[in-house]
Amino acid sequence: MDFIGAYSPDNLRFLMEGLKITLFVAFIAIILSFVIGCIVGTIRYAKVPILSPILMVIVEVLRNLPLLLIILFVQFGLPEIGIKMTITFGAIVALTAFEASMISEIVRAGLTSVPKGQVEAARSSGLTQMQTLWHIVLPQGLRKMVPPLVSQFISLLKDTSLAVIISLAELVHNAQIIMGQNSNYPIPILLLIAVIYFVINYALSLISKRLETKTA
Amino acid sequence: MKNQKRYNVKKLAMLLACMVAIVTVLGACSVTKPTSSSTASSNALLDQIKERDKLIVGVKYDTKLFGLKNPSTGDVEGFDIDIAYALAKSILGDASKVEFKEVTSKTRIPMLNNGDIDMVIATMTITDERKKEVDFSDVYFQAGQSLLVKKGSPIKGIEDVTADTTVLASKGATSIKNIEEKVPGVKVLEFDNYQDAFNALKAGKGDALTTDDAILYGMSAQDPGYEVVGKPFTDEPYGIAVKKGETKVVEAINKALTDMKADKSYNEIYKKWIGKEPTT
Amino acid sequence: MLDFSILTEYFPLYLEGFLNTIKASVLALIGSFLLGTVIAIFRISGVKLLQWFGTAYVEFIRNIPILIVVLFFSWGLPSIGVKLDGFAAGTLGLTVYTSAFIAEAIRAGIQSVPKGQSEAARSAGMTYIQTMIHVILPQAIKLVIPPLSNQFINLIKNSSVLTIVAGLDLMYFSDKISSETYVIFSTYIFAAMFYLVLTLPMSYGASVLERKWAKNS
Repeated sequence: MDFIGAYSPDNLRFLMEGLKITLFVAFIAIILSFVIGCIVGTIRYAKVPILSPILMVIVEVLRNLPLLLIILFVQFGLPEIGIKMTITFGAIVALTAFEASMISEIVRAGLTSVPKGQVEAARSSGLTQMQTLWHIVLPQGLRKMVPPLVSQFISLLKDTSLAVIISLAELVHNAQIIMGQNSNYPIPILLLIAVIYFVINYALSLISKRLETKTA
Repeated sequence: MKNQKRYNVKKLAMLLACMVAIVTVLGACSVTKPTSSSTASSNALLDQIKERDKLIVGVKYDTKLFGLKNPSTGDVEGFDIDIAYALAKSILGDASKVEFKEVTSKTRIPMLNNGDIDMVIATMTITDERKKEVDFSDVYFQAGQSLLVKKGSPIKGIEDVTADTTVLASKGATSIKNIEEKVPGVKVLEFDNYQDAFNALKAGKGDALTTDDAILYGMSAQDPGYEVVGKPFTDEPYGIAVKKGETKVVEAINKALTDMKADKSYNEIYKKWIGKEPTT
Repeated sequence: MLDFSILTEYFPLYLEGFLNTIKASVLALIGSFLLGTVIAIFRISGVKLLQWFGTAYVEFIRNIPILIVVLFFSWGLPSIGVKLDGFAAGTLGLTVYTSAFIAEAIRAGIQSVPKGQSEAARSAGMTYIQTMIHVILPQAIKLVIPPLSNQFINLIKNSSVLTIVAGLDLMYFSDKISSETYVIFSTYIFAAMFYLVLTLPMSYGASVLERKWAKNS
């Protein structure tokens, strides 16, 4: 083990470059999967005919598959039927597809948790279905969704590391390149990147706890 | 509760039925795998490269001496990289007109076929299997199994290895079978990986270490007290891979390689990374 | 689009990977259940040092990618002389990673058992360990089963990281088939089928269990 050599300024700079990619990809994927997940979850909650069962099949298949398989499929399987994308874009698409299906389930569960009586009361007092959803169900459902949503975002940030398999130059990828230079580096480097992930994710989970106590 | 359960089973059954249906439909649409290769015009890629005025080359980022990303400079360095620069100079007239993309043994052929990269220069051995998928240039590096010994050792090549010699090797590698065939009765000590085998050689546990010479050169670069001796006794010809059917690009690469060998610039690159003149 | 000859020709490879995926997941489930129980007991033991260790373990492992844990066993340990093959390193990594989540589930289960019960048991003369084994754990287990079944599904999905350390799992053999045949689309679709055969029925089982439990309580 060689901590001093492993933590040389050049290596640290190289790891930071990887971290930037990790954060960039995770950030875009979080936004996209949140938006798509909300739409899909709401459609399934509202039981929109035709659309709802189709989405159910897609969501169930995606969330029951390993993300690694989805990443490889998007990057190398889809080009066979004419859909090509760059590595960064492919990673974002795969992550978004997988996490959006997870988030749609969280959203659906959150909406379902709002008591039926309230919905009926709102409808009978003259609100349309959309109004009921927007003014009554969503505000209450969202509060319940915050903790599982944040832990899903944490998962997403961690899952970004799986894109190493398509050589996305993210944190773990750059760590592997450094570890390959010297057989005394693996443990110090693995420890360092573990701490980096931990600090970011732990901070996120603390923020979520703060939010939880505020909204409760 | 019972209803709930039946509902769930129904839902599951529906889901499985949907999947079966999708697979069947996909299967029904299945025409034979499109062999885009045979229809590709042989000029397309070369024109594309010239128009873009840049060569996009798939290389390894993790292989000592051949393609290794240097965290200090952010550059990729190695024998394969210098060959790529030389190709850019020959095809586009400027060695700097090249962009590198990382490939692994797993991703290099899909990336080539997807058009992400123009060519693969990544310690890729030419095999009949691979020839069905991609086109190869002439051999640009002749790798093969060889021997690493302490400088000044009486072993100067495979002919000096006898039944009394102890050879170190890595577990599961074909190199063990090869040397046992060459020298019946030779003593072989097997280690889990090359680094362990090299440490054992340094500790004097054996007389020589055997594997692909490309790896051995990496070790002697690590510790100049050790050298690679003799000619390789097996054949691992490395080639530059290009998408199938792009014959014009293969011709351009081969011409560049021939010119490089003629004006000795190939020998310079070889010497720079491998540490000696190429054995021909 | 789908090339069924891949499935028929390479069925034995798919099957070998499939069985190894099950093997790794089951071994890791057992291991992480045992490890997770120990960590959960640490966290509620009341002994400061153990509590601190348990919390640090759970929070640290839960917040880092599984890949780092697996790389530690496959790349970190060998660098200090501990050799493991890909399957062993991958399964150990899965075990350690999952144990943090299971420890949380078990802790929540244990803490949901009313305090009065353990006080009653202690005052009836039972030792701490006896109280745990005879009173608390049997009740906690029931609560833990639904989240545990979800963890098992996650384990099956996560076991695919074994491919990165050559762990001979379903993903590894799928990669091997795709890089041998260069038929990628079909190879991965069939791999997906194998995963879904395992995970879909289980995730329905888990949701039934959860609903049943929600109704009973």
